[in-house]
Formats: sequence, structure tokens, C-alpha cells
Amino acid sequence: MISFIIRRLALSVVLLFIISIISFFIVTLTPGSPYPWGELNPKISAEVKANFRKKFHLDRPLHEQYAFIMRDLFTGSLRSIKDDRPVISRILERLPATVALNLTSIVISLAFGTLLGVTAARYSGHWQDAVGSFIAFLFIALPGFWITYVVVIALVKGFGVPILGTHSYGIDFPNALASGLDTLWHLLLPATILALGGIASQSRYLRATMIESLREDYIRTARSKGLSEDFILYKHALRNSIRPIIAGIGMVLPALIGGAVVIETIFAYPGMGRLGYEAVLERDYPMLVALNFVVAALVLLGNLISDLLSAAVDPRVRLE
Amino acid sequence: MQSTPILKTETPTSRVLRRFWANPAAIPSVVIIIFFALIAGGTFLLSATGHDWPCNPNQTNLELKLLPPSPEHWMGTDNLGRDVFSRMLHGASISLTVGLVAVVVSLGIGITVGAIAGYFGGITDQILMRSVDALLCFPTFFLILTVVALLGPSLLNIVVVIGLVSWTGTARLVRSEFLTLRETEYVKSARVLGQRAWHIITRHILPNAAAPILVTAVLGIPDAILQEAGLSFLGFGVQPPQATWGNIIADGKTYLLDAWWLNLFPGLAILIASLSFYLAGDALREAAESRG
Repeated sequence: MISFIIRRLALSVVLLFIISIISFFIVTLTPGSPYPWGELNPKISAEVKANFRKKFHLDRPLHEQYAFIMRDLFTGSLRSIKDDRPVISRILERLPATVALNLTSIVISLAFGTLLGVTAARYSGHWQDAVGSFIAFLFIALPGFWITYVVVIALVKGFGVPILGTHSYGIDFPNALASGLDTLWHLLLPATILALGGIASQSRYLRATMIESLREDYIRTARSKGLSEDFILYKHALRNSIRPIIAGIGMVLPALIGGAVVIETIFAYPGMGRLGYEAVLERDYPMLVALNFVVAALVLLGNLISDLLSAAVDPRVRLE
Repeated sequence: MQSTPILKTETPTSRVLRRFWANPAAIPSVVIIIFFALIAGGTFLLSATGHDWPCNPNQTNLELKLLPPSPEHWMGTDNLGRDVFSRMLHGASISLTVGLVAVVVSLGIGITVGAIAGYFGGITDQILMRSVDALLCFPTFFLILTVVALLGPSLLNIVVVIGLVSWTGTARLVRSEFLTLRETEYVKSARVLGQRAWHIITRHILPNAAAPILVTAVLGIPDAILQEAGLSFLGFGVQPPQATWGNIIADGKTYLLDAWWLNLFPGLAILIASLSFYLAGDALREAAESRG
């Protein structure tokens, strides 16, 4: 276990290095200038331009620029071009909201994905299975921005339901519980929409592994013992089928955080996705490098955690 | 001439096709895909020869703005008085182009990387696959958005970037197919006969991995269509006045309560087109996977 974690961490360092190079080159090799003013703006003196280049190390060769950006990123002195604040502190501000949104979304997709997947496997080959598959593909094919927009406009403009942001404004909550419930309410809708894709892919995956499990001898034994079908499905078959899903949670994160860009923007939800969209609009180069890097690092961490979780769920897994 | 009795055998391809058409989702989804392809092709041919049917998609007329669907304008008009139906037709050709070209780019890179890694193994495999692992950690849509925004949104940039970001799954799949097929008798004998690596890869291994690659290709098309629509919605897709399904929705978002037709038709088009590709791809996967 310990040696597994150590080796995984060593591999993660290698991956982080590749990730840092990719995030650096995305921004550096693309044409266009990182200047906050137009490149040929005659009102900006050559001296100001030279100072700017010096400040962001743009006068150095590429490999030195890379070294400077990475040093500044890790020492926390990499600054946003937009407001000159350290990018790390701007990202950390958004981290709690992002983690809350993504965790809620993962919980929702696991719960409903499991339900849909188990039901499809139980009725494999019957109409319930076909309906389940259709629902799953409908969820994947639904353009997230479209359904989000319709839901938001309908609820906010049509019914005046407060769903934007992280909590309702202009209301004095009598106690912490009410305020907490309000925050949860604001989390629920964006998390559900974000979870649709996950529900679909997890149900499809689980359906396949469940159908395999249901052919095993121990299921026949369980049936001959006269156990109830639900008990057999959820206690015997699911327990033996869910490990790949748990191990795959980490790999869900890139799609979630990417998809959150659109959904957070529409919901005015202060997560990292919206921060990213704002950085794209402002062509905030340091912020874009840092965001892509931090998110990729979070995904690495998520992968490690989901591997450990899958070992906890299934005692047959030995982390070697 | 004497006729010899014909022994009816089924080739692997015809078996996959037979199983594919037996899937209830196959016929409707293929029909819908052909329908969209005909629309896209027809619109492209008409506009290339200088015809506009039913209207010019970019013809503005403020006297006709935000009209609901009617016999003159089947899907109504938008905030600039443009005919939504004409814009939808042009949007179809953009969406299908994006889907197809992005998949070709991603297949090209994915097959090359996966084949090299899987065939040669060793340190080459290690370097390539660790890079794939690293790339898989990036938030897909945000990565596409970043690069497209920095490069400047154009049709070419969008398809290339979507392709550049989405080849990792194909590379992993092709690599694992190669690892299995590399050990088969016919590949070993080809190697013993002294055939070159290029010949073995393209003639002996790739054709046997064709089915799973085709499945990823079909499933990759709707991914690209949805990503382009999302980019268009955020203002970083194919640029106006060129109509795309995504930017018809984006243009209409301010008028959602008054002009539902600006939202409903393009949204349904994206949904139905991608759903058909997903269902067809899944039916193909099931047909190719099961034996017998």
C-alpha cells in the first residue's frame, strides 16, 4: 500500500512535468500577444513595452520563460495580467465552490448511474433495458448549455425561483441551517445538469459489468438460497461490478471541470470554470497556464484517490 | 458450364452488418444521419452555385424581426429578421463538417501514436503513453476553449484543435489492439518472412483493428458537434454572420421568453443529430463485439 502510493507519486511527478510543458506551450506557441494593450498601439512608449516584456520575462528564450513561469507558479508570485493579483490566490478563492460542485455532481451521477445501470442489467434484453439505454444516450447527446439556459430562464424569469450564484441575496436567514440549505439548493441544479453525462456513461459501463457478474455461479447459488432479487442485485452482483466505476471516478473530472465552464457561466456560479472563461475573454495568459496546470494536477490527485477507494471497496484488489 | 454448389459462408464484415441492422436503433439513426447529410450536402451545393433556398441565411430585414414560425418562415425569424430555417440548413453543414474533419484529425494522430506505441513497445511506448496520460488530465472543453480563443476562432482552427485534443482515446485503443495482434501467428510469420514494420502495421494489423477504430470514429463525431456548439454558444465558435446551430441559440438567448423558436429548433437539431450518431455507434460496437 505505502509502496504503491510512493510509486504513484513518483509517476505523478513525471506526469506533472509533461503537464506543465503542455500548459506552457499551449499559451506560448499560439500567435497573438499577451499585451493588455494592442501590440501596435502608438500611445504606448517603447520603454513601457520593454518593461512589460521584462516583467513577464518575454525577452528571454523559451526554455527560460518556461522556467520562470513554473518558478513563479510554485512560489505564488505568478500574477494575473488583468488585475495584477497572484493567480494562485485567485484560483484558491474559487476552489471550495468548484470542489463542492464537482463532488455533488459525482455523488448524483453515481447514485442515478447505479440505479439506471442496475435496472438495465436486471431487464437486459427487455424493453426496460432499451428505454434505459435510450435515456443514457439522450443524456450524453443533450447540449449542456442549451438545457441549462432553458431551465435557468424558465425558473428565474418564469417562476422567480432563486437559483443563480451560491446563495440567495437580500434574505436574512434565521440560522445557519437555513443558510446552509439555501447554499445546497443553489448547488443542486447546476450539479444535476453537470451530472447528466456521468449518469449516462456510468450506467452504460455498470450495465456491461453487471451482466457479466449476473452469469457467475455465486449468483445462481444466491438465487437457489431463495434470496430476494433486489438483495442479489445490489448486495452480490453490484458489489462485484462497481469497482471499475469507482476506479474511473478520477477520469470523470476532466469532462466535469471542462463542462462546468459553460454551466458555471450561465448559473453565475463562482467556480474555476467561470474563472477560466473570464481568463479566456481577457486573454489572461498567466491565468490560463496556471488554471490548466492546476486542474490537471487536481485530476491526477483524483485518480490516485479513486484507485485507493477502489481498493477499499474491493478486498480482491491488491495495490502493488 | 457445370455449376458448382455454392457453400454459403458469412464474412466477418457481413456478420457485423447483419448484427448491426438487427439492432432496433440502427435503422432510425442511420436514416436520420443520412437525412442530415443530404441537407448539409444540398445546402452546400446550392450556395456554392449561387442559389439561396429558401432564403439567404444572412439577409437581414429589421421589419421582419422575431416573427414566429409561419408558412413564409418555417422556423420564424431572428432578432435581425434573418430566416431561421435557412440558417438551420447552413448550420447543418457546419456541424457535420466539424464532426467529420475533427474525427479525421483525431483518428490520424490517434492511430499513428497508438500504432507506434503498440508495435514498437519499450521506451517509445513509455514516452508516448505517459504523454497520453498527461493529456488526459486536462479539462477537455476548457483546453479546447483556451486554444481556440488564443488562435482566433475559425472553422479550420476549431476542427484542428478539437481533433488535437481528442485523439487520446483512439491512441489507447489502437495501442491495446496492437499489443494483442502483435502476438498473433500471422504477424509473427510476417516478421519471420522479413516484411518491413510499415507493411506489417498497415497490411496485417490495422485491418484487423478496423472495427473498434470505426466505432470510436462514429462516437467521436457527436462529441465534436457538441463541442463546436458549446464554443459557438460562448462566442468562440465559427464566427458570425456564418450560421451554426450553436450561435443561433447564442443569438437567441436574450429573446428566449419572447422567441422560443430561436432556441428550440437548433437545440433539437443538435440533440437529434448527436443522439443518432451515438445510437448508431453503440449499435456498431455491439455488433462488432459479440461473436456468432
